[in-house]
Amino acid sequence: MNTKRRIFLKGTLASSAVAVAVGAGLLSPRQVLAAWPKEAFEAKDIAASLKGVYNADMTTPSNDIEIKAPDIAENGAVVPVTVNANIKGIESISLFVEQNGTPLTAVFNLAPNALGTVSTRVKMGKTSNVVAVVKAGGTLYAGRKEVKVTIGGCGG
Amino acid sequence: MADSIKIRATLKGDVCTVKALIKHPMETGQRKDKKTGQVIPAHFIQEVVCTHNGKNVLTSAWGAAISANPYLSIEFSGAKKGDKVALAWVDNKGEKDSAETDIG
Repeated sequence: MNTKRRIFLKGTLASSAVAVAVGAGLLSPRQVLAAWPKEAFEAKDIAASLKGVYNADMTTPSNDIEIKAPDIAENGAVVPVTVNANIKGIESISLFVEQNGTPLTAVFNLAPNALGTVSTRVKMGKTSNVVAVVKAGGTLYAGRKEVKVTIGGCGG
Repeated sequence: MADSIKIRATLKGDVCTVKALIKHPMETGQRKDKKTGQVIPAHFIQEVVCTHNGKNVLTSAWGAAISANPYLSIEFSGAKKGDKVALAWVDNKGEKDSAETDIG
């Protein structure tokens, strides 16, 4: 447990140093690839991947995170999701699909001048909650929305 | 993978909205080829970076659960007309591409 934590801490320190280097235009994205949080993306549940991304397992439910996604998605392969977080000092937004084999979908690290709005499209294996975790001022906030996935497109 | 990115940046006040479409199969590595029964190897974008006049506004890590031909939209403030916005991606096979546009 402790060793894991150390390895993770080492990982974060290294990756932030890399981020600085990229900001200075010294590296191309290819060289940053080592910072891709493999364990978090391979984790089978949200708690484990939260640990991998943020080294934390507690999130605070928040009403300031709005997730725009269809109530019923007829095609689980392309589900449009927009996260709109009305929180000050957002550092990072990550997206999870609770019932997917590996829930972590994406981590977006935002610069201070970026607004808390991110849109993308995700794949969903079956009906599930879409969870957005927002990191702001060292605290993790979570918002969720259920999306029903109908296979065959009958809309039921 | 040249010309895989379509990017557009629009300005409203000093807030710039960046919209991008990337042409990429985003294979999860779990699908099987229907004819041969072989698993199609994973092939998906892992890193996406968006810059404004050379400064990062977004660095992101993606998993295979992003849809094929990914769409991405973000907003940031402090932009003005004629500024350069660029987007770059790298996938798990090391393929990469980038594109740049002027804010209009």
